[in-house]
Amino acid sequence: MSVPLTLLGLLEREPSHGYDLKRDYDAFFGRGKPLSFGQVYGTLGRLARAGKVVVGESEAGAGPDRKRYVITQQGATEFEAWLTEPVEAEPHLQTVLFAKVVLALMLGRDAEHYLDAQRAAHLQRMRELTETKREGSLVDALLADHGLFHLESDLRWIDLTAARLDALAEEVRA
Amino acid sequence: MSATDENECLVEARDVVLSFGRTPALQGASLAVAAGEIMAIMGPSGSGKTTLLHCLAGILTPQAGEIHFDGRRVDTMGETERSTLRRDRFGFVFQFGQLVPELTAEENVALPLLLGGARRTAALKEAGTWFERLGLDGLEKRRSGELSGGQAQRVALARGLVSRPEILFADEPTGSLDSLTGEHVMDLLVTAAREQGTTVIVVTHEPRVAAYAGREVIVRDGKVSSFSAMRMDS
Repeated sequence: MSVPLTLLGLLEREPSHGYDLKRDYDAFFGRGKPLSFGQVYGTLGRLARAGKVVVGESEAGAGPDRKRYVITQQGATEFEAWLTEPVEAEPHLQTVLFAKVVLALMLGRDAEHYLDAQRAAHLQRMRELTETKREGSLVDALLADHGLFHLESDLRWIDLTAARLDALAEEVRA
Repeated sequence: MSATDENECLVEARDVVLSFGRTPALQGASLAVAAGEIMAIMGPSGSGKTTLLHCLAGILTPQAGEIHFDGRRVDTMGETERSTLRRDRFGFVFQFGQLVPELTAEENVALPLLLGGARRTAALKEAGTWFERLGLDGLEKRRSGELSGGQAQRVALARGLVSRPEILFADEPTGSLDSLTGEHVMDLLVTAAREQGTTVIVVTHEPRVAAYAGREVIVRDGKVSSFSAMRMDS
């Protein structure tokens, strides 16, 4: 899971305080591994130095918690590119796929199109592995099968998620 | 412009609509398959993928839209002409083999040739070559009840390919088999189709089966999804 890109995605939704970002990250993406405040502000500082976020006007009684962070055009472009690009089809991608789907729904983007693109990328990789299996030795086939079964389980998750998109959208936008 | 004008389209569905009673099955499905291509039609249960296959194969007639095969309209043909087309130029493999139980395995394989007017001796001789090719040696005289699921499906595959059809329509051809046997059948299907240049359209819900095809499309709510249609055009 990419913490900087996920925080950019949350900022794409609306300018936010570090505290709000941590709360939303932990609620949707933390899954028992919450971010520390140090991680949140450290990441925001790096994003600011890279020109991907700017600190908005401080509110009265300004401490670190009172700063609102705003995504820049550069940050939005980088997030958009990450969101729309299918992940390289390797096994064990569930957390990245999951983050992309939730963020797409949260931001009202076309999550189904993203899932279609990801399905196509997975199937292309499965085709390559199947061809390796057909032409290679039994050892090659064994290795290819390992990859194929994992990609297939990702695909089952993609299909199930695609079937539940409307309900998921309601939940993450509530 | 049609999707495959540039690459020898063999069979094409254009905006096909078909309902069963009040239940819509296809709602403007379009798909073009090039000669020699091996294509998988995927999609959830009830999405219309089998109905689309049956329309392409001239088994079902759409209520609107067009089906073209090798430059001819299939949906407007009379039943006699369509039967001849299916017998002479199409091959079929279904999920449960659907062998004729009264016939031996080799008679089942020879059936399309016999129906096409071949002499029995010649038809059985040609059918016999497929038993070695598909690893079915020694099973020629068995009836379908004496074959395992994998053996029966290989016999069905031989029957689908024996007349060297230009296109093979396969509906969940491994659906009744365990995964290892299913992959063996797909491997044989793809190898044989490539050897004789047969176009293949395979309906499947299994990604591992679809991975044997060169390209896949997704049918969703009676339409070929815009994403896969987009890829088809590219």
